[in-house]
This record gives sequence, C-alpha cells and structure tokens, in this order.
Amino acid sequence: MEENNIIIVENLFKKFGNFTANNDLNFVVKSGEIFGFLGANGAGKTTAIKILSGLSKPTSGKVIVAGFDVNTQSNKLKQNIGYMSQRFSLYDDLTVKENFRFYGGIYGMSAKNIRLKTEALLKRLDMLNYKDMLLKKLPLGWKQKLAFSVAVMHDPAIVFLDEPTGGVDPITRRQFWELIYEKSSEGVTIFVTTHYMDEAEYCQRVSIMAEGKIEALDTPSNLKKQFNVNTMDEVFVKIARKVN
Amino acid sequence: MRTILYILQKEFIQVFRDKTMLPIIFVVPIIQLLVLSFTATFEIKNVNLAVVDHDNSVLSSKLISKFSGSAFFKLKGRAVNYKEAELSLKRSDIDQVIVIQNNFEKNLNQGQSTHVQVVTNAINGSAASLMSAYANSIIADFNREIIVEENPLVNFGLPINVQANFWYNPELDYKIFMIPGILVLLVTLIGMFLSAMNLVKEKEIGTIEQINVTPIKKYQFITGKLVPFWIIANIDLAFGLVVAYFVFGITVLGSLPLLFSIASLYLLAVLGLGLLVSTMTNTMQQSMFISWFLLVIFIMMSGLFTPVESMPNWAQIFNYLNPVAYFIKINRMIMLKGSGFADFQREVYLLIVYAISVLTLAITRYRKRV
Amino acid sequence: MWPFIKKEFFHIFRDIRSMVILFGMPVAQVLLFGFAITTDIKDVDIAILDNSKDNVTMELSNKLVSSGYFILNENLKSNDEIEEAFQKGKIKEVVIFENDFAKKLKKEGRADVQLILDASEPNTANMISAYTTGIISTYSMEYIKRNQNIPVAIITETKMLYNPELKSVYMFVPGVITIILMLVSAMMTSISITREKEVGTMEAILVSPLKPIQIILGKVAPYILLSFINLIVILLLAKFVFAMPLNGSLVLLLAESILFISMALALGILISAISKSQQQAMLLSMFALLLPTILLSGFIFPIENMPVILQLISHIMPSKWFIIILKNIMLKGVGMEYFWKETLILLVMTIFFIVMSVKKFKLRLE
Repeated sequence: MEENNIIIVENLFKKFGNFTANNDLNFVVKSGEIFGFLGANGAGKTTAIKILSGLSKPTSGKVIVAGFDVNTQSNKLKQNIGYMSQRFSLYDDLTVKENFRFYGGIYGMSAKNIRLKTEALLKRLDMLNYKDMLLKKLPLGWKQKLAFSVAVMHDPAIVFLDEPTGGVDPITRRQFWELIYEKSSEGVTIFVTTHYMDEAEYCQRVSIMAEGKIEALDTPSNLKKQFNVNTMDEVFVKIARKVN
Repeated sequence: MRTILYILQKEFIQVFRDKTMLPIIFVVPIIQLLVLSFTATFEIKNVNLAVVDHDNSVLSSKLISKFSGSAFFKLKGRAVNYKEAELSLKRSDIDQVIVIQNNFEKNLNQGQSTHVQVVTNAINGSAASLMSAYANSIIADFNREIIVEENPLVNFGLPINVQANFWYNPELDYKIFMIPGILVLLVTLIGMFLSAMNLVKEKEIGTIEQINVTPIKKYQFITGKLVPFWIIANIDLAFGLVVAYFVFGITVLGSLPLLFSIASLYLLAVLGLGLLVSTMTNTMQQSMFISWFLLVIFIMMSGLFTPVESMPNWAQIFNYLNPVAYFIKINRMIMLKGSGFADFQREVYLLIVYAISVLTLAITRYRKRV
Repeated sequence: MWPFIKKEFFHIFRDIRSMVILFGMPVAQVLLFGFAITTDIKDVDIAILDNSKDNVTMELSNKLVSSGYFILNENLKSNDEIEEAFQKGKIKEVVIFENDFAKKLKKEGRADVQLILDASEPNTANMISAYTTGIISTYSMEYIKRNQNIPVAIITETKMLYNPELKSVYMFVPGVITIILMLVSAMMTSISITREKEVGTMEAILVSPLKPIQIILGKVAPYILLSFINLIVILLLAKFVFAMPLNGSLVLLLAESILFISMALALGILISAISKSQQQAMLLSMFALLLPTILLSGFIFPIENMPVILQLISHIMPSKWFIIILKNIMLKGVGMEYFWKETLILLVMTIFFIVMSVKKFKLRLE
C-alpha cells in the first residue's frame, strides 16, 4: 500500500527559535483523496502546508510528497504539485490569458499545450469571453476560481489549497467545491485548509491541528461519532476546548 | 531558456501597461537632463559688487571703471563707508566690497604704496576664492598700467607671460562637463529604482509565494527580472545621448559601441544592487528608503558635482565600492576626451568584479527569507 | 487622541530599518558632505614639460609642487606626449616652459609659460589655472624685485567674511539640514498616510469619533519630534565635528526650523491627500520635493547663475528661503530684521499648504 500514499509525513518538527510550530506530525494522504487540514488560527497549518509544498524546510523529520523528499528533491516536487494560497496569487495587471500563459510557461509547458489548456479551463468556467480582461476588473470569486484553474493547469498530482474560499459568497464557494470534486475525480489529490466546517464535511478525511499537534484524524462521520456530536463544528470546538 | 522568455514577456507587459511607469521611464529622465544641466553649474558671473571710495579721485574712479567694465562684476552702487557696505553684505544684496583709501591717488603719484581692501562673502568658499582672485587680477593689471605710465622707460609687465589653453572644452562650458555625468545619473536612477521596487512589489502583493512553489530556478527568475530593466535603461541612455546632441550639440568623441558595452556592464552592477536591496526588504517603503540612502551617498561621492581629487583619502578608497564613480569617470573620458579601453581598463575590470559579486549575493539572498 | 499618537510612535520606532535610515541618513550625509564633498583645490596631478631645464624653470617647478596644490605626476619630454597624458585621465594640467627660458628672461625680459588644462571639468580647470598663474605671478614679482628697483604700488588686502577658511562645509550644512527636514517631514508623512489609506486602516480611524484635525495632528506628531531630533543632531555635528559657528540666536534658529517643519508636514499631508498609492506618493515626493530641494534651492549650485526661468521657479521652493535664513543666522549672525521677508514667505506658504490639505482631506472623506 506504500505507493498509494501520495503524502507521507513522519516525525515532522518545525521550530522557529523556541517556538515549535509543528510538533511531531505523523500522517499519510492517499492518492486521489480530498484531505481536509483544519485547525484554529496559529495552530501550525500554514507552516505545515509550506513544508509540504517545498516553500520551507522542516527542522527534522521525513516528508515525502508525490514520491519526492522535500529535503532533497524540492525542485522535482514542485513540478508535480499545484498551490493556491490564501493571499491572492495571480497578477492584477495582467489579463486572464496572460496569467495562464505566464504560469504555464514557467512550468515548462509548450505554447500549444498552454493554449489548449487555457481554452479548456476557461470554457469550464464559462469565462472564455473574459480572457482578455485585466484581472483587477473581475470579482473576487471569479479570481479565486481562476487561481484554482491556474494551479491545476500543469496537471499536478496533488494540489495544495490554503484557505481557498476565504471571503467568497456561499454560491461561489459551492461552485468552487464542484471544481475541486471534478479534479478529484480525475485522480488529483486535494490537500485543503479551511475555516468553514461545512466545507470540512466535503472532505473524505480530515485532520484537526491544535498547538502544533494533530489532535484528530479520520473521516468526518467517524469524527462526529467519536466525539458524540452532530456537526463538525462541535468536533472542532471540543478539540479546541480540550487543548486549552 | 524558454522559461526566461515567459518571465520577460510578463515583465514587459506589466511595465508598459502601468500608465505611471511610461512617463517615469521616458519623460522624467529627459526633464532631469534638461533641468540638471542648466542648474548644475558652478560658473560665476555677475558678481554683485559695491565700492567704498574714500578717495574720490581720478585714479580711484579709473580703478572702479575697470571693475564695472569687466563682464565678471556688476557694480551695485557705492557705499559711503564700509559699515554701510557691510550691511548690504549681510542683506545679501552684494557679494563683494572694494574699499579704496583716501590717499590712494596721492600715494600713487608720490610713488608710495597704498592699500586696497577686497572683502568677499565667503559662505560659498570656492566661489569666494574665484571672486577674490578675479578682483586681485584686475587690481594687479591696474597696478601695472600706472607703473608703466609713470615710468615709461621701464619695461614693466610681468616678465613671465602665462598663457592658458583649455582643452576638451575651450569655452569652459559647464554643461559639456555635466552631461556625461547626468546621463550616468539617469540610467542609475532608473535601473536602481525599477529593480529595487520590483521584487518587493511581488512580495507585497503575495505573488512571490506562487512563484516560489513553481520549479523555476533562481537564476531564471532573476534573469527574467533583470533583462527588461537592463534594456529599458540602455534605451534611456540612447535617448539621453540623442537629446544631448540635438539640444546641447554634444557628441560622443569616443566609440559608441564601447560606451554602450560599458553601460551594459555597469547596469548589471546597479540592477544587482537594486535586487539585493529588494531581497533584504519587505515593503516598498523600506526598499525605497534604502535605495535613496545608497544612491545619495554614491552620487555625492561619485565626482558628479565635486571633483573626486579634492576628496580625502578615505573617500577615494570608499569609491572603490561605488559603481557610480567608475562609470562617471569612464563616461566622461569616452564622451569628452575620446579615450579608449586601454585608458580605463582597470576601472572596467573592477566593474566586472563588482557586478559579479553583487549579482551572486543577490541570487543567494533571494528566497532565503521565505 | 493620546493613544492614537502613541500608536504612531510605536509604528515608527518598532521598525528598526526605518529607524536606522531616519537617524543614520542625516549623520552619514553631514559627515560625507562635511569631509568628502569639497570643491577645494588640493593635490592636483599635473605634468611638466620643461623644454629648457635651467635654474629658473627648476625653481618655478619647485614652487608649483611645494605649494600644496599640485603633485608632479609626470615629466613629459615632448609635445607629442601631452595628448596621451590627458587621455589616461589622471593629470589635469600640463605646464610647458619654452626653450631657453632663463636666457630669454634675462636678455629680452620676457619668457613664455604655457598651461594646458583638462577643461572637461571647467570649474576645476579655471581654479587650477588661476592658482598656477598666481604662483607664477608671485614668482615674477619676486624676480622683478630682485632685478629691478620698482615699488609694488598697490597692495591688495583680501578679507573673507563669514567663512575665513573657505570651508565647503559651511556652505553645505544649511543645505543638509533643509534636505533632511524635508525628507523626514514631507516624504515620510505623505507615505505613511497613504499607506494607511492603501491598507484600509484609515477607514477604521475615520469612523472613530476623532476629528479629522486630530487624526492629522496624531499622524504628524511623531515626525515633528523626529525632525527636531535630527535637527539637533546635525547642529551638534556641525558644531563639534566641523567647528562650524552658530553666530546668531539659537532660539531664533529653532523657531524658524519649526516653521519650516510645519510647512513640510503640511506639504506631506497635501501630497498624501492627492495620491492614491504609496508608490505615487513616493514618486511625487521624490520628483516634486527632493530633486528641486537639491537643485533649485542654492544648496549646492548658486541660483544667481541659472537661466532666468529656473531662477523664477526657485522662488516657489520653500527650501530656498529656509537655506537663506539658516545661512543668515548661523554664519552671518544677523537677526530677524535681515530676513523677515523670507520668514514671511515661509509663513504664507505654510498657511497655504495647511488650508489646501485640510480642503483636500475633507473632500476625500466625503
């Protein structure tokens, strides 16, 4: 079953001086899974996601993503992952098409491939007519969907989404998750952090972090059973209380 | 290589789409060239002069007319006594006072020596020393004339005749001297600010994080960032040279390809410096201030406004770290004297070392803070 | 109101990099200008082409080299070498003595010295030529005295007022004070206010019960203090490092500085009211404030020699008037009666900027 695990994290520590942001994390993510990564603000989620995506190095521990060790093969790793951060990551002063072309280009895609992918992804979003619009003229929800499309443009094996739906209205959030499901059905692994507990229900498995540790990890329904509550919201609050 | 082309394409689109950027790149430098070359002059003329003539004689008026006849001085009236003249000095109405004593004519006619006082406002020291030298030479001329008049038989006149020839700029036109330096200033400002602001801007809007998760290599990213500014600054230089020719009639005496090769080398150092600044800062405000700080020091020490030779030793040693000083020196030599590579090869080698070290430092520092 | 001012102080003082720049910059500039930026002629490299090599030319060469102005870099052998010597860029002047110099001087009573100057730097060339001519003339006078018996009739007494040692630093210190006050007061305030607008925190402050005037005062209070500290630091440096005198009244100097600081702050607020982004505020401050402050204020270059248009433009530069006031107080040691006009101009400008910025600021809020 080893090769079925696309993310393997063993004994991961990340320290900033005296502060331990990630304290002995151990978990695996299966290929093709939608994995929810939850936790209160400051629990250490963003630190972990940065390590997994090769943005920062662990203090100690083994981290294998898509078959590559983040310590030694971070460049190969980066070719195989997509990433969308909580801060908006496309260029406001470029058009939709130019953003696609730029990111496709730096992932080494051929010009033809970029053109085809851009067409297909925009068609899916019903935004073909807007391809020559400057990004800053588009509403936030549209931009988030575009950012996701750009993140999966080079067909990564896994996509990291760091609070992708922050500040977006419920309808757009719904559409966003439809996009996520579609990608997942194509076999792409989704690793997502969120503050919306209804979104946690959409995930196949969820981990909940508190104070640098993973306090719970299971399917949403098992977690609810385990804590004997009806919603993920209550699971979350119970874990947060327990730690405090 | 293809990756770099994609970055280049993106950077160019962004620069040319920004409406505030185009005037900054192409209009501001020209205005600077025009304004700076007219303001930056130490030339002294029309010195405001007051005379205190206690003698009121034929000879004293003759001496005064020597001053009023000179293009250098502008006679701003007479004062009754020195006190009155000093008040005018204090009010900055005049720059210089000539005081002639009351026995001026009598003493001279009797073959005795007499005193003339030259009082100068010396707050601007270098201007004062020139003003005083001019006044002295007018008095010396006058002195010689009267001696020759009194003793027509004596072959007076200073026995050693000094004749000065001013090469490379025979009319002592200050603009000719300033323009090569101002051109250096223009490309430096553009290169430094564009590069220092650029990377920080990506940090501020957050796109740098997205770039960092891509497999792009450091050198690819930095090359992609540098080349557009490198090209823009070179175009600015060409533009400036054209303006210098049509407005001021200044041509490049030396080799134009040589000038551009060295400008390109120099720009690598400047852009590297700008990038280094932007890797060390988190906001555009910080980046802006550090760049300003560095540039003010570099420019003031570079010899653009005041001669490097007059600076103390430590300042001249400091200038080894000052790329602006190298290029100003070289550019003046190429443009005004037509010097060739052999005349400044030492500076060129130092610039090469400089550019390589700064770029290496910028590339290694980039990303470490993420 | 008070908590708000405290918050502004924290913002500024917590950022070490900004602090280093705010306090390091003035000190570095004063030291640099004071020590390095001089237009004095000293140790200039020259070459001598002595076609005669007799005792008179030797003596003259010695006089030149021992004057302290010149260093003999090279002895040339022929006219052909002159061009090359200049191209190498090191020497600034070639002194040429003609053939049979001493012989001609004795027989015909005159001999020629030719100076060739690298005039690509006209000001320096002019000064070098004046100094060289001066040294040779003095020698000539001595030569006459030795050989003929004619009195030198007019003795010129030269007196340099306000700066007897002709130190460049006297000229630059008032300019540096002006530029630093302008930078800290106008540029920093404009950028810091625009920043709050950009980040959105301005709205939070605006909905608070503080009045606009209180907000503005709170924003500028730290910068008034910063500017004032900088002013004191520069004055101390000027006095103890450069021995620059303060001939006039210190109180008057500080009062005028406060006037100028207020003017600069008002200008900064006006800029921030006009500009939409930090970048715009920076560029506006840079091109509208700093360059004119350096160029058109008489800081380095005397205004009297500029084209008339630029002289007219210089009248609307507040820094020009402040530099005049500073020079008057510090070097001439005169009182208000000599610069009330300049003070009045600054006062009018200050009021104008305050009125304008309050107007613009209100407009923005509505």
